[in-house]
Amino acid sequence: MALVQSILIRRVSAKPGQIFAISVIALFLAIFLIIPAGTVIYTAFTEKGTGALTIVNFVDFFNTDLFRRSFFNSVYVSGMSVVWASAIALPLAVLTTRFDFRGSLIIQTLGFVPLIMPPFVGAVAMQLLFGRNGTVNLILNDWFGIRIPFMEGLNGVIFVQSLHYFPFILINLSTSLRNIDRSMEEAAQNLGSSGVRLFRRIVFPLAMPGYLAGASLVFVKVFDDLATPLLLNVKDMLAPQAYLRVTSVGLTDPMGYVISVILIAVSIFAMWLSAIAMRGKDYSTTQRGGGGLSRRKLSRGESIIAYGVVGLILLLVLSPHIGLLLLSLATVWSFSPMPDGFTMAHYGRVFGESSLYIKNTLIYASLAGLIDVVIGGAIAYLVLRTKVVGRRWLDWAATSALAIPGVVLGIGYLRTFYGVTLPDGTPLATLWVMVVLALAIRRLPYALRACYAALQQVSESLEEAAENLGATKQRTIRRIVLPLMTGGLLAGFVTSFSTAAVELSATLMLIQSNSDAPLAYGLYVFMQSPAGRGPGAALGVIAVVMVALCTLLSHYVIERRQKALGMTK
Amino acid sequence: MLKTIAAAMLMSAAFVVTVHAQDGGKVTIVTSFSKDVTDPFKAGFEAANPGFTLDVQNKSTSSGVKYIDETKVNNQVDLFWASAPDAFDSLKSRELLAKFTPSVTGLPEKVGSYPVNDKDGYYFGFAASGYGIMSNDRYLEANDLPKPVEWSDLTKPEYHDHIAIAAPSRSGTTHLTIETILQGEGWDKGWATLKGIGGNLQQVTERSFGVPDAVNSGQTGIGIVIDFFAFSAQASGFPVSFAYPSVTTVVPANIGIVANAPNQAGAEAFVNYLLSEKGQAVLLEPAIRRLPINPALYEKAPEGFPNPFKDPRFQSMITFDADVSKKRTDVVDTLYDQLISFQLDNIKGATKAIHEAEKAVAANEQAAARALLTEAHALIAAMPITAEEAASQQIRDAFTGGEEKTARQAELEQKWAAFASEKYAAAKAKAEEALALVD
Repeated sequence: MALVQSILIRRVSAKPGQIFAISVIALFLAIFLIIPAGTVIYTAFTEKGTGALTIVNFVDFFNTDLFRRSFFNSVYVSGMSVVWASAIALPLAVLTTRFDFRGSLIIQTLGFVPLIMPPFVGAVAMQLLFGRNGTVNLILNDWFGIRIPFMEGLNGVIFVQSLHYFPFILINLSTSLRNIDRSMEEAAQNLGSSGVRLFRRIVFPLAMPGYLAGASLVFVKVFDDLATPLLLNVKDMLAPQAYLRVTSVGLTDPMGYVISVILIAVSIFAMWLSAIAMRGKDYSTTQRGGGGLSRRKLSRGESIIAYGVVGLILLLVLSPHIGLLLLSLATVWSFSPMPDGFTMAHYGRVFGESSLYIKNTLIYASLAGLIDVVIGGAIAYLVLRTKVVGRRWLDWAATSALAIPGVVLGIGYLRTFYGVTLPDGTPLATLWVMVVLALAIRRLPYALRACYAALQQVSESLEEAAENLGATKQRTIRRIVLPLMTGGLLAGFVTSFSTAAVELSATLMLIQSNSDAPLAYGLYVFMQSPAGRGPGAALGVIAVVMVALCTLLSHYVIERRQKALGMTK
Repeated sequence: MLKTIAAAMLMSAAFVVTVHAQDGGKVTIVTSFSKDVTDPFKAGFEAANPGFTLDVQNKSTSSGVKYIDETKVNNQVDLFWASAPDAFDSLKSRELLAKFTPSVTGLPEKVGSYPVNDKDGYYFGFAASGYGIMSNDRYLEANDLPKPVEWSDLTKPEYHDHIAIAAPSRSGTTHLTIETILQGEGWDKGWATLKGIGGNLQQVTERSFGVPDAVNSGQTGIGIVIDFFAFSAQASGFPVSFAYPSVTTVVPANIGIVANAPNQAGAEAFVNYLLSEKGQAVLLEPAIRRLPINPALYEKAPEGFPNPFKDPRFQSMITFDADVSKKRTDVVDTLYDQLISFQLDNIKGATKAIHEAEKAVAANEQAAARALLTEAHALIAAMPITAEEAASQQIRDAFTGGEEKTARQAELEQKWAAFASEKYAAAKAKAEEALALVD
C-alpha cells in the first residue's frame, strides 16, 4: 500500500514541463535511433528464409566457439584498455589541475587530439610508425636485432585503443577535478592529511563522477569499436564479427544482428554497473567559483620530472598524428624508417576541394555537437533531478547508440526515411540534415556522460536555495544549473564535435552527392589507391588541425565568458 | 494517320534529343573506384558529352549493393561501377539492373576464357584484371627472399609470415582468385595449396585495398592482389613487383545501368563513352593502369604492359566456369573464413612446426619421421566436406534459408571450425613427434 502510494506521489510530482521534455526526447530517440536501428536489428530474431520469429539464433551464438572466444576477447581488451587509458590520463589530469604547471595549456589543448583520428589514414600512419616494419621496429631491428609487436594481436588492440580513447578519461576527469570544492581539501589538510593519501582518500573520490564517466565510455567504446581491431586484422572480437557479417555482399546473415543485440546489451549493462557504483553517494559540493583545488608550485626537480613525463606521454599519444603529418609530406614511404623524400604536392592536390569538405564538416559536426549537448543535458537533468517515470530508459536508449554499428544505423535511416519524400519527390533520407542527425545520435552518449558527470557535482541545495528565494524551475535551471555545468557541457560538446568530424561509417551510407560530403568522406575517396595515400593524409592533417582550432576557440570563448562573469560578481 | 503519328514521334524524339544535347543533366554513379580513377573519367566524359555532369558517389562494393537495394523504391542512381562480377550478379538477380545494348561494337566477347559481358546484357566489362602476386622489393631484399612467381611458391617455408591476402568473403575479386585455384587444381589439391599459403599468412585483411596498402608500406612483403593495384603503385613510385602465376584467370571489371534510372539517357551515354576508344584510353593513365577491353588500345600502352589478348601466358590460363563458382560461392567463402581466417593462429602454429620438423628430417632422413610429416600435411589439408557436398542443395539452402537445409549456417560454421582446430592441433602434434624422432 505504501509502495503504491509512493509511486502515486512520484507520478504526481512530475511537472508538466518535465513530462513535455521527456516526451519530446523520447520521440526524438524513437524516430532517429530506435526505429531505424530496430528495422535492421529485427533480423536477429527471425529465422533465415522463412522470417518467422525465433530465438534460435541466440542459442547458436552461445554454441559457437568463435563467438564465445570473441566475447571474452572483447571483454578483456576493453578492461585492459580502461586500465592503460587511466594510466595515461591520470598523471596528465592531476598535473594540469593540482599543480601550477606551465605545460597545462599544452596538455589541455593537445590532450584531446588523439580522439580526432581520421579513418584509414590514421591506421596507415600508425602502421608506418609502430607496425612490424614501421619506423620504430626497423630502427630497433637495425640496432639491436629485435622487434616489438606493438600492433599485433589483442595487445596491439589494447595499445592502440588506449592511445586513442584516453582523452575521454582525461577530459571528464579534469573537469571533475576542477569542480571540487577547495574547502574539502583544506579540511583534510587541517586534519593532517597530505600527499598521496590526500589524493587517494579525498581528491580522487570526489572526482569519481568524472573518472567513471570517462572510464565507462572507454570501456563501452572499445567494446563496440570495430575500426581498430580490423585495422590490426584482429577478427576474433565481437564488434568486427558483427561488422564482417553485416556488410558482406549477398545474403543476410542473422548472426551479425545477433551480435549487435549482444553488444547493445553489454554496453547498457556496463553503464548500469557504473551507475550502481555511484548510487547512494553524494559527490556534489556547494562552493563554486573558487577556482577548484588549490594549486601547488612544483620544485625545480619535480618540474623536470613533470615535464619529462608529460613530454613522453604526449610524444606517445600524438605519434599517430606525427606519422600522419610525415605521410602527408612524403613522396614514397615504403619499408624505411623515414620517407624517401618530402613534397608539398599532396596539399596542392587537395587544396581546391578541401574548402567545401571543411565547410560541410564544420556545419555537420557543430550542429551534431549542439544537438548532443542540449539533449544530453536534458536527459542528465531529468535522470538526476526529477522523478518522471521512464527517465532511466532515456539514458539507456541514448547509450545504446554506442553499440549500434554506424553502417546499421545508416541502413536503418535509408529504410525508414527513403520512402518518405518531400513535395518535389526527393527522398527525405537524401537531405544533409539526415547526416547531421545520424552523427548526433552516434555521438550523443559522449555528451550525455559528460553532462551527467557535471550535474552530479552540482549540489541540489544550490537549486533549493534559489527556489526558496522565489525563482521558478526554469529560472533556476537557466541562472544556477546551466552556469555551474558549463565545464561539463563544453567537455561534452568537444568530444561530440571532434569525433563527429571524423566519423565515416554512417556517413558513407547517407552521403548523396559530393557537394554534401564531409572531410572523412573525401578522405575515404582518396584512400583507395596508392597515389591517393598522400592527398588522403593531407586531408587528414587538415581535419585534425581544423577540429583542434575550433575546439581551442570554444575553450577560449567559454573561458573569457566565465572570467567576465566572475568580474561582475 | 500512321505517318502523322510517326512524324510526331520523330519530332518529339528529335526534341528530346536536342533538349538533352543542351542539358543532359546529372548522371549519378555509385562506384567503388577511387578518386584517381573516377576524376579522369569524369573530365573525359563531360568533355565528350557536353551538357552532362557526372556525380560520383563513392561507396565500398558491398555498401553500394546494399544502398541500391535499400533505395530501390525511389531510385536516384543511374549507374553501378565496380570490379567484382559477383556484386553485379547479386544486383541482377534482385532485378536492380536494366538491360542495355551499347552502341560501341567490335569489342571481343571473351578475355582469357572469361566472357566480357553478362550474357543477358545487364552489365558490361570495361577493363580486364588478372590476379597475381605483388611483392615489395625492399622487403624481399632485407629478408633475403626470392621473388615468388607461382602459387605453390607461397607454400614454401621461407615465406612463412610474409604474405597478406584479403578475405574472399570480403573481396569479390579475391574470391575469384580462390575459385580459380580451386578450379585449376581441383577441390582437394586446390584447398591443400590454399591452406599451405594460409599457414604462411601474416594477415588476412578485410578490404581488398588493405593488401596492396600493406605491401606498399612494407608492413608485409608479399600480397595476393589484382594486377592494377601493383601497376598503379609502380606508376606512383613504390618499389613493388608483380607476377602472374600460371594458374590464374583474367576477369572483367564491370559497369551496369541501374533499373529505373532517373537519367537513362545519361547512363547510356556514359556506358558508351566508357567502352569507346577515348574512354578506354583513360585506363592507361599512370594512376589507373587497368587492362583495356578494347584490343586496339594496347598499341598505345607503355613498354612491358601485359596484353591479355596477345600474351601467350593469358591464353594458357584456365577456363573459369562461372556456374560452378556461383553454386558454391557462400560455401567457399565460409570455408575459407572458418578454416583459415578465423583459425590463423592454429594453422600458422601447425605449419611452423611442420617446417621446422621438415628441416630437421632433411638433415637426418628417417622413414618414420617422414611418414609422420606426410600425415601432418594430410591433416592440414583435410576438408570437412567434398566438392559435391559443397554444391549440394542441402548445404546451399543452409546459407539461403531454403527448404532443403539440414542444418543452420551457424551450426555448419561451428562444425567446420571445430573440425579445423582439431586437425591443426593433431598436425602440430605429429610434426613435433617427427622432430623428436630425429633430434
